[in-house]
Amino acid sequence: MHKVSDPENLDASVEEVFELMLGVRCERDPDAAAMAASAEPESVTAVVGFGGLLSGACVFRCGASAAMKVAARMTGMEFNEIDGTVKDGIGEICNMLAGAWKGKVPDLAAHCGLSVPAVITGRDYNLHVQAPEFQLRHSYSFEDAHFAVTIVCDSLQ
Amino acid sequence: MREVRALIVDDSSVMRKIVERALRQAGLDALVVHEAGSGTEGLEVLKSTPVDLILSDINMPSMDGLEFLRQIRAQRLAPDVPVVMITTESSEEHVKQAILAGAQGYIRKPFTPEQVKERVLPLLNAM
Repeated sequence: MHKVSDPENLDASVEEVFELMLGVRCERDPDAAAMAASAEPESVTAVVGFGGLLSGACVFRCGASAAMKVAARMTGMEFNEIDGTVKDGIGEICNMLAGAWKGKVPDLAAHCGLSVPAVITGRDYNLHVQAPEFQLRHSYSFEDAHFAVTIVCDSLQ
Repeated sequence: MREVRALIVDDSSVMRKIVERALRQAGLDALVVHEAGSGTEGLEVLKSTPVDLILSDINMPSMDGLEFLRQIRAQRLAPDVPVVMITTESSEEHVKQAILAGAQGYIRKPFTPEQVKERVLPLLNAM
């Protein structure tokens, strides 16, 4: 279980999902988290819960323009607002990131389930998790789209 | 090229479109797609619509993909139709459960169009 908190697993998961599903290469970007959260008034957050051997969540967060860019890459459509399709696409990205991340640790792949994605949109909100066992938070960008992915582990059996 | 009628079951409409695009990229130009957002909806489609291929997610609300697959087989709704699971769940245990429930193929998300082609076309060619 030593690989669970390995930060490279998160980078590899982001690379895998974005290259295969969007055809883009993402770069680690320490400034992207701040930009994703504050540069735009509206943001999109998707959450997929982990249950079983590991209890916690995978959280994907980005600004509205990055969300529309991700959804456009997935669907081949153009978006000018955060509609149901954009939310659906961001939820699926988070779902695949959660699945790819847990799949890198054999025990988790077999004994950790995923919830269906929940997607939150709005302004001036924060997600707070009380004293997690561990947390990984990395920021990335592709083209001029910035986003952050957080793995929160509440408990590990 | 013969027409292929496919049922794509996924709670994400975006993912249903991506799977449809991958099937067309695999060379299935004469493709007729039926969509369902859950296993429950998928069963309703199969009661009234003949299909040649079923692709289903596993993690879905209402009725998950494995239960959907068991119900298809139990109700003999599409007895000879190949079913391919397309899912983020990738452990050997999940693959085993899907095969035991009657799936003929398994594709892990994220996937490439080439992977869809490799898993799906042999099943259609064998029919």
